[in-house]
Amino acid sequence: MEKPSPDKFWTWFNPVGRETGGWAFILNRVTALGLTFYLYLHLVILSQLATGPQAYDQFVALMRNPISISAEVLVVAAGIMHGLNGIRIVLTTFGFGVTRQKQLFYGLMALALVIILFFTVRMFTA
Amino acid sequence: MSEKWNITLKVSRQKEGETPHFDEYKMEVDPDEYVLDAVERVWAFMDRTVCFRHACHHSTCGACGMRVNNVEKLTCITSIRDMCQDGGTLKVEPLRNFPVISDLAVDMGSLYNRLEAVGARSVLPVPEAEIEKPASTWDPADQQYIRLADCIECGLCISACPSAATSSGYLGPAVLAGAQANGLKRNPELLQLVDAEDGVWRCHSAFECSAVCPSLVDPARRIMNLRTQVFTERFSRLFHKA
Repeated sequence: MEKPSPDKFWTWFNPVGRETGGWAFILNRVTALGLTFYLYLHLVILSQLATGPQAYDQFVALMRNPISISAEVLVVAAGIMHGLNGIRIVLTTFGFGVTRQKQLFYGLMALALVIILFFTVRMFTA
Repeated sequence: MSEKWNITLKVSRQKEGETPHFDEYKMEVDPDEYVLDAVERVWAFMDRTVCFRHACHHSTCGACGMRVNNVEKLTCITSIRDMCQDGGTLKVEPLRNFPVISDLAVDMGSLYNRLEAVGARSVLPVPEAEIEKPASTWDPADQQYIRLADCIECGLCISACPSAATSSGYLGPAVLAGAQANGLKRNPELLQLVDAEDGVWRCHSAFECSAVCPSLVDPARRIMNLRTQVFTERFSRLFHKA
């Protein structure tokens, strides 16, 4: 029987048959989970750094690795997309751009792409 | 001579206590027939045990809502041509977020009860209806007229809503749209019902309800407007204590 249930949270991530608003909904959830995981990781790493200068130097060396920088770019991308998508939700909640929510989403994601590219270049060339 | 297509109709089957599965029916159709015609053909000529809801066949009763190839559709106005191609497959499933009674028929009782709880009206006075001609331009003599409300209570919006999938208490798009049409100013007692966890705040702006609505009710826009009404009402109550 197809009754609503919290156990069906995984259906939030099913993109089949979804429209633009649905894609925005999925993107917001995926980026939120990613950022929450990052926050956990961040706190774990910070606690490791407290063990001494050697641990700090080792960590900084690790973070200069291109794979680590790519992971950081992903965090930045998730933060930007989640934030701009959030602005879209706030605007529509207050009645702005409700009938243009698709265009609003595409516009904000185009802006997100530009900002992400800027940060990607900066982070890999710094 | 009309065009003919050969299609496979995959119908979701589930009787009480059974695990859902699909039965396939091969048939020749005119692509300009509607999906409901194909389902009815199965019932009429191939399998009398297929259970589905239908009545008016012209998008007024809202009974024949189903998921066609993963998208919520009112099957009496959805042509086969729009959903598949010659030699293709048409997958038909029951609406989501409602208990399945049998095969494609779902129990819509929760929707009807909630529509009643918010006093959703099936007819509206003409000045309150959203029509191309603004109410202010109506002749006073015309204001006596009433018209059918746009919502046909088909439940497609609730089936498409991701928030409705995980919260059985959520009022849902059609119900909140009904509350918005009533207005909190006119019905202040609705405030408690809609300004709640399972009211307007459960909506997470996926806008899927508006995407599938066959009557252009645009429930998402109405939910956003209802939120504004809630803000306004709460704010004004700060200064006008009862």
